[in-house]
Formats: sequence, C-alpha cells, structure tokens
Amino acid sequence: MKFVDEFRDAELGRALAGEILSLVEPGRHYKFMEVCGGHTHSIYKYGVDDLLPANVELVHGPGCPVCVIPMGRVDDGIAVAHHDGVIFTCFGDMMRVPGSEGSLLEAKAAGADIRMVYSPLDALRIARDNPEREVVFFAIGFETTAPSTALTLKRARMEGLRNFSVMCSHVTIVPPLRALLESPDLRLDGFIGPGHVSTIVGARPFEFIPADYGKPVAIAGFEPLDILQAIVMILEQLRDGRCEVENEYKRVVPYEGNLKALEVMAEVFELRPHFEWRGLGFISHSGLRLSDDYADFDAERRFSVPGVRVADPKACQCGEVLKGVIKPWECKVFGTGCTPERPIGTCMVSSEGACAAYYNYGRFAREREVV
Amino acid sequence: MSASEVSEREQRILGIIETARGKQAKFRDEQINMAHGAGGKATQSLIEGLLAPAFDNATLNEMGDAGSLNVNGVGLAMTTDSYVVKPLRFPGGSIGELAVNGTVNDLSVAGARPLALSLSLILEEGLSADELRGEVKAIAQAAAGAGVEIIAGDTKVVERGHADGMYICTTGIGARDPRAQLSPAGLRPGDRILLSGSIGEHGTAIMLARNEFELDAEIESDTRSLWPVADALLEAAGPSLRCMRDATRGGVASVLNELARSSSVAMIVREGDVPVRPEVAGAAEILGIDPMYVANEGKLVAFVGAGEADEALRALRSVPGCEQAAEIGEVRTEPPGMVLVQTSFGGRRVMDQLVGDPLPRIC
Repeated sequence: MKFVDEFRDAELGRALAGEILSLVEPGRHYKFMEVCGGHTHSIYKYGVDDLLPANVELVHGPGCPVCVIPMGRVDDGIAVAHHDGVIFTCFGDMMRVPGSEGSLLEAKAAGADIRMVYSPLDALRIARDNPEREVVFFAIGFETTAPSTALTLKRARMEGLRNFSVMCSHVTIVPPLRALLESPDLRLDGFIGPGHVSTIVGARPFEFIPADYGKPVAIAGFEPLDILQAIVMILEQLRDGRCEVENEYKRVVPYEGNLKALEVMAEVFELRPHFEWRGLGFISHSGLRLSDDYADFDAERRFSVPGVRVADPKACQCGEVLKGVIKPWECKVFGTGCTPERPIGTCMVSSEGACAAYYNYGRFAREREVV
Repeated sequence: MSASEVSEREQRILGIIETARGKQAKFRDEQINMAHGAGGKATQSLIEGLLAPAFDNATLNEMGDAGSLNVNGVGLAMTTDSYVVKPLRFPGGSIGELAVNGTVNDLSVAGARPLALSLSLILEEGLSADELRGEVKAIAQAAAGAGVEIIAGDTKVVERGHADGMYICTTGIGARDPRAQLSPAGLRPGDRILLSGSIGEHGTAIMLARNEFELDAEIESDTRSLWPVADALLEAAGPSLRCMRDATRGGVASVLNELARSSSVAMIVREGDVPVRPEVAGAAEILGIDPMYVANEGKLVAFVGAGEADEALRALRSVPGCEQAAEIGEVRTEPPGMVLVQTSFGGRRVMDQLVGDPLPRIC
C-alpha cells in the first residue's frame, strides 16, 4: 500500500532502533507515555516494544475514546435506546462497554433498536430514511471525531431534520493531560503526543507540557516508524537538555491545527463545567455539550436520561491504568475477572484500550524464546 | 523491568490467565446476542458450554468440521450448515452458491469426498420469484461444479419480516477418503502451516456490498468448492497431512486458535508471508480490521509434517485458483494454546480469538 508500507519498513525500523540504543544512557530508565490509544494499538500490533532497549518503557495514556466513558454514561445511552421509537446509533467499539446493567450489545438483544455506524453521517442517513423514528447518535471521542459530529449537526439543521439528535460525550485532550501531570504518583520522562487529535488542535495546545512541567513532547503518527522516530526525538531533547514540543507528524499536523474544524466545533459545542472520566473522576472543562444554538438536537434535552453517577466497580483499576501508574497486568482483576469476553473495565473493551491491547497482543510476546 | 524478559510476577499472572483460558468455556449469558454468531469466543462458549455437553458423544466431541460414522464398513462423513447472508447476491457469488460450497467444504476439509446434499429453503413472504429462480439456478450450478447431487429437500415460507429474503440450510454426506488421517488434535511441533490462497475476500466483498462504508473496490467473494484442493493435499502429503480447516467465519486467526487449543500446541505465523490482495488490505486498513479475522469461503488452512511440506505446497499451487498458496508459519510447543505472530516490522505479538465480530476502530 503506497504511503503506508513506507512507514512499516523493517530495515528502517532496525536503523531507528539502533539510533535509540545509541541515545540512551546506560543505567538510566526512561518512561515515555503514548497519550493516544491509537499509538497503544500500533505499538502492540507491530511489536514496536520488541525493538526498544530494555531501559525504555512505554506507558499507555488516557487517549482511548471508549476507555474514558464512565458507566453512568453508558446507562444513560441504554435508557435513551429503550425509548419507544428510538433508533440508537453508535460506533462499534461502544457496543461492548459495560454499564451498571449490561452493555449496548445486551440492550440490543433485549429489544432496543441499536445500530452500529461508522460515521455520524451514517446516523443522519438513517434519520433521513426513517422519518417516523427518532434517531440518536451517541457521539464519543476526542477532538479527532468531534468535528465530524459538528458537521453532521450543521447538515441536519440545514436539511431541517427534526428526528435526529446527538448524545454528546465528546471530550478534550488537554484537561486530562494536565490532571495527569498534577498527579503526584506519576513519573514520566516525556510524551509521545497524539497524532490524530493534533491534526485538529495543532501542536500549540501541548506547549504547556514543556513550559509548565518540563517534559518533552513529540507528536507522532501511527505507523511503527513514526513511533520510533518520536522516541528518537524525545531522547535527543533529553540528551541536548532541550524541552519543547516537536512534530514528527508534519505530513499531517500543522502547528496551528485545522482552523476550519476548530471553527465548526466552536459553533456547535460548548465546554461542560465538568465531565466525569472513567477512573479519573470529574475533570473541569474537559467535556463538550451542544451549544444553546443547537439545543434542539441535544438528545439529553429531548429525552429523559437518568444521569446517575455510577461508581466504577471496586475491583476495577482502569484509573490507574489510564494514568499509567500500573501496567494492565498489575490490575487485580486483569485476565481473570476482567477479560475481553466479560470486561469489567473499559480498558478491556476497545482494541485501543491498554488492557485489551496487552491481553490480545502483548501477552507472551516478549518472553521465553518459543521453540 | 526489562523489555526482553518478564518479571516473575507478570509471569505468574500470565500463568493464572492461561489456566483460566484452558478451562472449558461456560455459557453464562442471559440471552443470545450477535457476538454468539460471530465465530469467536462467544460462539465457542455456546458450543462448548451448552451444545456439546447436551449431546455428549465421541464423534461430536472431536469438534471436526464434519462428524464421521461407519455404515456396514463404509466410512461416511456428515455435516450441516445454515446460510443467512445479507445481501443475497454479492460480487463473486450468492447465498445459493455459498449454501452448496460451504457444506461441500466442511466435508472436504474433514477428508471426505462430497457425495450428496439436502436442501432446505426458508423463504420470506414477498420474495420475488425471479430472485428465487436465480438462486435455484445458482444452487444447481454450484452442485454440478462440486460434483454433488441434491437428493432431498424441504421448503417453508415465513411471514414478511421474519427472514432476510431467504435462509438456506444444507446437509452434506461424503465418503471418507482412505488417504485421510486427520484430527484436530493431531498437530505436532515442527508441522508447517499452509494456506491455500489470499485471505479476507469474502468478508470484505460482503461488507462492501452492504454499502455501509461507501467504499468502492473490485473485491469478489472467493466462494468455491475446496474438494480439488483437499484432494491434491491428500495425494501429496498422505498421512503427513495432520488437519485441514476452511477459514470461514472468524477467519484464519480463529481456525489457528481453535487448533492450537485442541492440539495443545503453539503456533507462530509470519505475517509477511500471508497472502492478502492489495484491495483487501486497503479496505481493511481503512476500516481498522485485521484480514486475519475476516471470513473466507474458498480458502483452507492445512497442517503438514515438515518433511512433506514443500511437496504439499507445490501440489497446492498446481490447483487452479491456488497459485497464491503459501507456507505461513509453523507449529511450536510453547506456550500451548497460543498463536503468535512475527510481524513484518520485526516485532512479535499474540493473535488471539476475537470475542465477537471484528469492530471497526473509531479513529
């Protein structure tokens, strides 16, 4: 595949691995967080870990859109889905996320009309095709997916569609990062910045990480060479005593971001005063809701939702995993009580979740030579 | 912790997980959901946790693609399958063609020459007669092509809304081939894993035909009879052919996982050696799906002793339509029940069974 295979070249990978080896100081342990779940997925999928020296450790961050959705929010979604005449649409990854009484997949089996879509525009098409039904789109994701929800809403209004609404659970990347950096139990040497989010917000919003917290950042793409190159860039910053936001993903990410997308988002969304994150608790100004201008399309205003805060299950340590404080396998229920078949925590659901990635791809990958 | 070795604690936890995984799957769900039909772990829990224990017998417990029985000293194989595909027609095939080839293939990979099929049609009120005629023709043609006769049948009509146009069930009878000594538990360390051609075409063709993605690509279903392929392998490898499986629902990954479990062996797959057509790879890339989990309707995976593997691969490639056949990996010992992948990039990872359908990633 053109423009993809070039970034998966094994020989170039080995060359970068050699460069990384020459940059690390012997005896020093390096801990870098990849913020984005897409990176976590790539690291495991390609076995990027295997190319790193022993003293470079990758910690999986909070940037998995499914993993951060709290149980109460899933319950709200299911409640809306059970309303008479509602067609509830969501991304596939959301289907298995457990609420306090089951997942959307189970709600579907119980009779709710829940359909998997690949884009909010698919949900809009369903609304157009079913004028007698109420179609609700469960919008999740960071700044990466928020603009497509915003554009869909603009189109819905333009077409005068009255039977379409959005249950907005979009979140923003900077507040959880700040919360993480404030957390006393965290020890990180640098960040692999989120590539997809940055195509929208640009590199500028991450300047606070080196400025306020003295940690280097390299925004990276999602191919294995991108990730290795970003690690080289961070190690070079550490070697040179520099601390800044660098952009490995220049082929896609402009420093200022995508101004058009930001404009559309500003028009359609506003910040919630606070939003609950799975495992991280309430973080102020971290979630988006529809602006008053788009109130007519807000599913939370159109339908009654319980809006009850459900505490995470006691055994679940998703929060610590999301903060990178513990490794997935260090969680008390990992692989026994909590598996991809029966997830307790969200990190076990999406293939971008640290636990699912480790369970599905990581186990046994690094150890005993297989004969 | 070093990246190349694993701490004792992690090792211990991985051990506990493996013990838990090794246990027979339990069926604990309160109702059937779509994951139970996807061929992954949920399907496995339904079969191993509910069905197999209820009908407990030696033949069924082998969990082959077809059950074997002896009638007056003649070895027969029997299998059955239902077909519920939407849309009914898709590039490269249709439900009728699938209903013949799918059942023929379950017999073929069990080492049985397909002889005859039964055909049961469940038709939805309102189905157009032309559409039905088209499928009947497709069934007749596929049966003729596979060398089987339809010798029994049934029809039912259900009310509008109770079937997607039509559902088809076929049951097949085959004669067990004397050259075949196949068993899902027969894999041995050192065996080579052969694949009869490029993967992921059927599942991708169906996904694109449903038009949910607004992607355009010329991908056709690979539906075909696999008996000529099985025949060639039996001839070339004889008793060194340990087992064959057609990689339908759940794809090649699910087949490998099932057999790693039933033979208590490990497998290592060289990702770069797995043939995938560029159109399929492209669609999978866009959708965030791994072709290893996508359904095929005309590809088999074969396990052959190392000594006969080259000969078997040559024989495989000489079958029309199998020119892309490849050796994709080998059977190992540790860790039992696991399938590992050597990535083209030079890393290594686990390739586990999926729970349900592969879910496209968000971003």
